[in-house]
Amino acid sequence: MDISHYKIDQEPFYKQLTNEVDLYQAAYAAKLPIMVKGPTGCGKSRFIEYMAWKLEKPLITVSCNEDITASDLVGRYLLDENGTQWIDGPLTLAARYGAICYLDEIVEARQDTMVVIHALTDHRRELTLDKKGELVKAHPDFQLVISYNPGYQSLMKDLKQSTKQRFCAMDFDYASADLEASILIKEGNIDQETANNLVKIGHTARKLKGHGLEEGISTRLMVYAAMLINKGITPIEACKMALVRPITDDLDIRETLDNAIELVFG
Amino acid sequence: MTPEIRKKYQNQFTCKFPAAIDLFEPSLNSAEKILSEQQIFAYLDGANFLCKIGQGVDPVLVYMRSMPEIIAHFGGDSIEIITHYSYQLARSPNKKSLIPFLQSLKSVCLRIDSIDDLQYYLHIIDNYVEKTKTIIHGHQSIHESAGMIALLESIPNLIPKLCLKGIENFIHYGASNYKDAPDQQKEYFKLQSHDAKSIIARERLGTNFKSIEHKLNMARDCLWDCDLPLSSYTTDAHQIRKPQPYLGDEIIALPDVLEDKNSISGLNRYRAILAHLMAHKKWSTRLMADNYAPQLQLMVSAFEDARVDTLAMRKYPGLKNYFLALHPYPKKGACDKSQMSCLRYRATRLSRALIDPQFDADDDLIKEMCKKFHHCLSNNKESSTKEMSDLGTDYFIKSRCDSDSRPEIYFDKTEVSYRDDNRYFWYHYEEYDEADEIIPDEYQNEEKKVESADSLPPKYYDEWDYISKGYKPDWTIVYERLHPSGDASHIDRLVEKYAELAKRLKSMIEILKPQNKKRIRFQEDGEELDLDIALRSLIDYKSGQTPDMRINYSYATDSRDIAVMLLVDTSESLNNINSETGQTLLEFSQIALAITAWTVDTLGDKFAIAGFNSNTRSEVRYQHIKGFSEKYNATVKARIAEMKAAYSTRMGAAMRHAAHYLEAQPAEKKLMLILTDGEPADIDAKDPQSLIKDTKKAVEELKSKGIFSYCINLDKNADDYVQDIFTNNYTIIDHVDKLPEQLPQVFMKLSS
Repeated sequence: MDISHYKIDQEPFYKQLTNEVDLYQAAYAAKLPIMVKGPTGCGKSRFIEYMAWKLEKPLITVSCNEDITASDLVGRYLLDENGTQWIDGPLTLAARYGAICYLDEIVEARQDTMVVIHALTDHRRELTLDKKGELVKAHPDFQLVISYNPGYQSLMKDLKQSTKQRFCAMDFDYASADLEASILIKEGNIDQETANNLVKIGHTARKLKGHGLEEGISTRLMVYAAMLINKGITPIEACKMALVRPITDDLDIRETLDNAIELVFG
Repeated sequence: MTPEIRKKYQNQFTCKFPAAIDLFEPSLNSAEKILSEQQIFAYLDGANFLCKIGQGVDPVLVYMRSMPEIIAHFGGDSIEIITHYSYQLARSPNKKSLIPFLQSLKSVCLRIDSIDDLQYYLHIIDNYVEKTKTIIHGHQSIHESAGMIALLESIPNLIPKLCLKGIENFIHYGASNYKDAPDQQKEYFKLQSHDAKSIIARERLGTNFKSIEHKLNMARDCLWDCDLPLSSYTTDAHQIRKPQPYLGDEIIALPDVLEDKNSISGLNRYRAILAHLMAHKKWSTRLMADNYAPQLQLMVSAFEDARVDTLAMRKYPGLKNYFLALHPYPKKGACDKSQMSCLRYRATRLSRALIDPQFDADDDLIKEMCKKFHHCLSNNKESSTKEMSDLGTDYFIKSRCDSDSRPEIYFDKTEVSYRDDNRYFWYHYEEYDEADEIIPDEYQNEEKKVESADSLPPKYYDEWDYISKGYKPDWTIVYERLHPSGDASHIDRLVEKYAELAKRLKSMIEILKPQNKKRIRFQEDGEELDLDIALRSLIDYKSGQTPDMRINYSYATDSRDIAVMLLVDTSESLNNINSETGQTLLEFSQIALAITAWTVDTLGDKFAIAGFNSNTRSEVRYQHIKGFSEKYNATVKARIAEMKAAYSTRMGAAMRHAAHYLEAQPAEKKLMLILTDGEPADIDAKDPQSLIKDTKKAVEELKSKGIFSYCINLDKNADDYVQDIFTNNYTIIDHVDKLPEQLPQVFMKLSS
C-alpha cells in the first residue's frame, strides 16, 4: 500500500526554540517514542510536522477524543458487498508501512484505550490485531509521537504511569517575545511593530492565567490576529476578535483585556 | 429705581423689626437687579408673612438676604411654596430648623433647577420628619427630629455630591437606622460617622472603587505584574487637605470614588492612576527628600513624573489618551508673577510640555528643558531618577524668581489628578522617627487596628438590615490574619484517643473514594453487553445496513471535584465546659477539626479551615488555619492546637469573607461548613434578630455564588433559629462528645 500521500512536501514554517530538532533526530534514530508537552497553540503539532518533513517520513495524525476506541486506532472489519473486509486503522497503517504516527492530545482519549500502544512503544515494537489474528511487526521507520497539554486537563484525565513511562518527553512553551514576534511577522505577514504589540498583549493575558483565565493567549491565536490585521482589519478589532473573544466569556476579564489592547495600540 | 416705585415698595414692606428695616435697603437693591417688579412685591409679601409667624427676626433676615437669588433661579412661584413651608415648619416641633432650612435653599439652587425638584426636595425633608417623629403615649410629634438641624446644615455638602434621589436614600438610611438613637442620628447627619461616609460613597455620582476593584486588580496583574494589594481612601469634603493617591511599601491607595473628567470615564481615570503608580514602582528609585528644598522637590517631581509617564506611554501607547486628557493645560500667561508665586504654575506647564509634544511652551527655558529631557530618554533609554533630579535642579535654578516666595500661590489648574503624592520615591530621615512608636496612641479611632505582622489589610463587608430591607454598606470590618501556632503534638495526643474512630473513618473513605459509578453507554469495548443496542445492531445487520458497533456499556467513576471551607466559630462560649465529659467545647472542636482535616486530606479534596470571632462590627477577626493549597501537616496542627475562644459570633461577615476565597476555587461543587455553638450575636447588635437575618442573607448570597452552606451546631436549643438561617441544611449535635465522630461523617454524607 502506498502511504506516500501522507508525506509533507513543503517545508512547514517552524522556528527552532533551542536544540529540540537535534533531540528529536536523536530519538528518532534510536527508535524511541516521543511525548511533546506544552500549552495549547505553542507549536507542538507544527514541530512534529516540521520534523516529519525534515526526516522525509510520512506523518499520520490522529486527533484524540473521548469517544476514540482501540479499533479506531488499530482497524476494524467493515462490511461490503463481498462480506467483510479488514481496514487498517491509522496506527496499524503507520506501523506496517513505516510512518510517524502522531496522537494529538492523547489524554482526551480514555486511558484504557491507550493500552493498545504499549507493545508498540517498548522494545517489542509490535502490534497485535486480535480481531484479525495478526501480529504486525513495526517498520523500522515507524515512530509513535504523542502530544499532551499538562495544563488544562483535570486530574482524572492524566496518563497512566505505564503509558507515560514509555516515552521520552520534550517540553514546549511559548517562544520568547522576540522569537514570537518573528513568528508573527513570518506567519501573519505583518510589520515588526505590530508584531511586538501583539506579543505584548499575549504576555499580558498570560499573566492572568489562574486568575480567571484557564490558559493564556496562544501563539496560534496571535497568528490569527496577525492574519486578520494583514487582511485590513484594524489591530484593535483584530485582537478583540482573535485574542480575547475566543478565550473568555468573563465580562471583567474581557474588559480588562480590551483595555490592555487599547493601551498597547494607543 | 424711581422714588415713586421705591415708595411703593416701602409701603408694601410692613415688617417692623428694626433689624429687618435696616436690611431693607441693601436687599432691595440686590433684588431689583435680578427680579421683576411683580416678583419684588411677592418677595416683600413673603418677608411680611415671615415677620408674623412668631419666630422672631432671624428667619426674616435670612429670607431677605437669600431669597432674591432663589426667586431668580426658580421663578416667582417658589415664594409661595417656601413661605408656606416655612410656616408649616414654624408650627411644628422642628421650629428650630427654620433658619437652617432657609439657609440650605441657597445651596440647593446650585444643583436643582426646576420648581418640581424644589418640591421634591421639600417632600424629602417631610418624609424625614414623618419617619423620625417621636410618639409618646399616643401624642405625636411632640419632640423634634433629632438630626433635622444637622441634616439641613449638611445640605450644602451633600448637594454637590449626590443627586436628589441620592440625598433621599441617604436620609432614608439615617432615618430608619438611627430612629431610636438620637446622638448617632445627629452624628450621621453631620456626616461625621463612618456610615454616613459609606452611604455617600455608595450614592455618589461617579465610579465607585468597590465596583471596579476586581477589574483594577486584573489590570494590575496583567499590565504591570505587581502584587501589592489595592485599597481605597475616603475622599471627603471636610478634609482641608485633599488626599492624593499614593504608593506605599505594601499598598496601592486609590480614592473611593472618581467622577468622569474631561471625557475620561471614572474607570479609566482609575486605570490612569494605577498606570502612573505602577510606572513609579517600575522605574523610580529613591531620593532623600531632606536634601531638597520643598520648591526644588516640586520641580524634580515634575520631571520624574513626566519621565515615568513617558516610559509608561512607551510601553502602552494608549495611556497617552488618558494622560493628555487628564493633565491640566495651564494657559499662557495665566499667572502674573509680579502678583503671586508662580511656582506650581511653572511646574505644571513644564510637566505638560514634557509629555505633550504639541504643547506650545512659549518659553525658551522650557523648550531647552524638554530637549534635555528627551535626550535623556532617547534611543529607548530609561534614564534615571537621579538624572531627573539634576534636570529639576537645573530648571529650578534657572527659572527661579523673587515672587516664588510670595504667600499667594497660583493653584488654578496645577494639580495633575492622576498623579500621586510621590511618597514612593521621596524618603525622609527624621531624627525623632522612633519617638512616635514609643508614645501610645491615646486617641484610637473607631477602626481599631488589629494588625500584626501576619495580618492582611482590613476588608469591608455590607451587612443586611432586615428592617429597612437594604444593605448597610461597609458595615463590618474583617481583619484576617494567620492563626498563631502552638504545639502540634498536643493535637496528636488529643486525637490518639480516637484511634478507633480514625480506623472506622478510614474504611468509610475507602468506600467513598472511588465515588459514584456512572454508566457510559454506546461503547465498542465495554464491560457488559447493552442488550437494547445490541438487538438494534443485529437488526441493522440482518437488514443489510451497517450495524452500530457500540453495543457495550462500561462504568466510569464520577470525578470528585469539590472544595470545602470549614469555618469555625471561636467565640467565648466555646470555653464552656461540657458537664458530661468535663472538657471544653473548644477541645472537642479542636479534635473534630483535626480528624475532619485528616479525613478530607485523605480523600484528596480541596479543603480550608478558618476560625472567626468578633468584637463589634468594627473588629471581626478571621483567622487562617489551613489554606486550600496547604497540606494537613504539623504546621496546620500547630495552629489548631493554639485555638483560643474569645469574643462574639458575627457569622455573616465571616461567611462573606470566607466565601470570597471559596469562590475563587476552581471546583464543581463548593461547600461551606460552619461549626458553631450558638446563634449569630455580637455585643453591639441589640436586636437579636438582626444578625440572624444577616446570616440568613449571607447564606442566600453564597447560594447565588454556587456555594452550599451547611451548619453544624453544638447548641441543643438551636432549632429556634438555625432552621431560619440554614433552612434544612444543618445538623444539631446534642452530645458534644460525638462531634469528632459526626463532623467528618457530615462532611462525607454531604460530599457523596
